[in-house]
Amino acid sequence: MSKIMEGLKYSESHEWVKVEGDVALVGVSDFAQKEMGDITYVDMPEVDDEVTAGEEFGALESVKASSELIAPVSGTVVEVNADLEDTPEKVNEDAYGAWIIKVKMSDPSELDALMDAAAYKAAIGE
Amino acid sequence: MSDVQIPLDQLQKTCLYEAHVALGAKMSPFAGFMMPIQYSSITQEHMAVRQKVGMFDVSHMGEIFVKGPEAEAFINHIFTNDIRGYEPGKVLYGMMCYPDGGTVDDLLVYREFLADHFLLVVNAANIDKDFAWIQEHAKGFDCKLDNASDRIGQIAVQGPEAEKVVMEVLGYKEAADLGFYTFCDVEYKGERLILSRTGYTGEDGFELYTTPENIVEIWDRLLKAGVEPCGLGCRDTLRFEAGLPLYGDELSPEISPVMAGLSMFCKFEKDFIGKESLLDQKAGNIARKLVGIEIEDKAIPRAGYPVETADEKEVGVVTTGYHSLSLDKSICFALVDKEYAALDTPLSIRIRKKVFPGKVIKKRFYQTNYKK
Repeated sequence: MSKIMEGLKYSESHEWVKVEGDVALVGVSDFAQKEMGDITYVDMPEVDDEVTAGEEFGALESVKASSELIAPVSGTVVEVNADLEDTPEKVNEDAYGAWIIKVKMSDPSELDALMDAAAYKAAIGE
Repeated sequence: MSDVQIPLDQLQKTCLYEAHVALGAKMSPFAGFMMPIQYSSITQEHMAVRQKVGMFDVSHMGEIFVKGPEAEAFINHIFTNDIRGYEPGKVLYGMMCYPDGGTVDDLLVYREFLADHFLLVVNAANIDKDFAWIQEHAKGFDCKLDNASDRIGQIAVQGPEAEKVVMEVLGYKEAADLGFYTFCDVEYKGERLILSRTGYTGEDGFELYTTPENIVEIWDRLLKAGVEPCGLGCRDTLRFEAGLPLYGDELSPEISPVMAGLSMFCKFEKDFIGKESLLDQKAGNIARKLVGIEIEDKAIPRAGYPVETADEKEVGVVTTGYHSLSLDKSICFALVDKEYAALDTPLSIRIRKKVFPGKVIKKRFYQTNYKK
């Protein structure tokens, strides 16, 4: 069983969103990190890059595979988690602590299209 | 071809399938078989082989026996390496090639202890294709062929403690006397077991061939003795670091042994199918060569990613790439236009939207530790 954190929003592509005012912290779910296995690299955008909901903003690399990161909301990247450059394994160790980017949302109504914890739990069949 | 999709219900299972499922392995189709990709994690299994000992189910590999008065002449006709003068108990690596030099398969040839008996070990994905090729070219040679792939299981025990495990857990004292690329015949429960000091990891190790029933029992004994079960995931990272090609990635009907840098396994002082084309390629009539490339970043160059010059001209393609677990570097094999194949040539890899600069390095990324 993977951990699902209450109070977060989830996308079908397994990103989570934590809302702090008009800023969204974005990471990947515990389910996603387990599926990936040992994560060895996080490919992140740069501060001031624009991201668009439903489009790729980076990638997670495990030994065997790479998996695209899909932006759950649109906006401007205001911060990237530089810790993950040297310690990508933090995504495995604490999926909900290891946020990847912070996005200043351009359209917070996009959050309504995301799942809550209960819906996400059902979506991954757990 | 390995990328042809086979419906799930038509996939074959090895004799160890139930053992893998019981261990909770992540299973995936490979070469027509349902195979374990990993049990714990690729990193843990990789390190177990580099530092201690691990075991792999390689029962999917193909075994073809060739015997008869003209068996040696026949094998030498289809095999790039030269088995003449090789004593019983020796193993030889090489390829079978098409007349145009493209690769049918890479394989091991075992010269058995009975006169005029040989064993060919071929890739799982190519068993049917190889056996058809071998049958077709055996016409006119006095020899008999037997595709025994379904009757033989195989375990690879690999790592610095492999000899200790084979001697102490399985009781084969003969292991101590085997040099790399030699084998001996022993028995397990009255059945023949081929104990071969070979492998595909860059470490010392053994490959054991015997009946499927014996393989299941041996796997269980090794597991209880603490040998780490290892999946195809780390088999690929290990062979890659050791600079070993994988058929389908670094060798194929389009990629000849000469292009792959394996000319040392082609003996041009004898005749074999494909020799003229390979000689021509060796003389310079070749478009691309396989190289190693290291990039200055942790991003991972994966198969299919483009290789570029500094002015963004595409000059090649990645065939296999990883962030090497043993070396902590991002490295790959790539097929590049021959003008760019020299060591230290600056080349970049395009990974998604970014371009990562790097340079050509030697393909044997990891210092192998074979038994002398």
